[in-house]
Amino acid sequence: MTPDIHVDEVVDARDLMCPMPVLATTKAMRRLAPNHVLKVLATDRGALSDIPAWVEDTGNELLSSHTDGDILVFLIRKTEEA
Amino acid sequence: MTLEEQATSPGLTEVDVRRIVGEEIDRAFARNPAARRAALIASKGTLDWAYPPLILSTAAAAAGMRTSVFFTFYGLNIIHKDFEHKLKISPVGNPALPMPVPMPDLVTAMPGMVSIATRMMRSRFSKHNVASIGTLLDEARDLGVRLIGCQMTIDVFGYSPDDFIEGVEFGGAAAFMSEARKAHVTMFI
Repeated sequence: MTPDIHVDEVVDARDLMCPMPVLATTKAMRRLAPNHVLKVLATDRGALSDIPAWVEDTGNELLSSHTDGDILVFLIRKTEEA
Repeated sequence: MTLEEQATSPGLTEVDVRRIVGEEIDRAFARNPAARRAALIASKGTLDWAYPPLILSTAAAAAGMRTSVFFTFYGLNIIHKDFEHKLKISPVGNPALPMPVPMPDLVTAMPGMVSIATRMMRSRFSKHNVASIGTLLDEARDLGVRLIGCQMTIDVFGYSPDDFIEGVEFGGAAAFMSEARKAHVTMFI
């Protein structure tokens, strides 16, 4: 858990299947200001590899990923260059 | 130490040179525009095969790639205004289709089986919350995926440009190749 990180926006992609969690994350990140943090909730197990891959491809930063029961929780910081 | 300082420094070793060249190559790869382009061909016109080009092209665009999908032959069904009715599942000659009970081709070829198989697949998709083809087409257009209809097959099949959904462009093999030669990711689906 990472309770000390301030979250600016949350994307609830629970129950969505590939590729929707990544598409929802993309849209939310476009709205987000640089250095702000997005929290993504997902239940699609594919997101375990999809979200980190997307973060790497887009030059953002994955601050943390953990599971909360069946829910996957990702914290992503929008970088200046992304 | 900057590259310029190191280049003129008398203490430059072979290890330094190798590291600098390696870093420069990494930077060049990161800037390579071909890594940011994807060009797909969608040639199949069934409900199941409509998914891969739409899922992969939206994922590519979401990852910041300039993405185009060239719809040719039966793939034109996917961007047809009437895609909801045109995209079906045929159980005939499709031994991989999950069936409640095993069925010989003589049974699956009977009238009505296509609509039963299509309904079955639709309900499986919606039960698992898989996005609909309509949703994925909207997402693709939102993300700036270029949807290109093959002009030759449109003419051969007797379609007109008005038969296709909003935002579809039209082109030929050379237009696709011009896009594909600049893209690391090319797929024929």
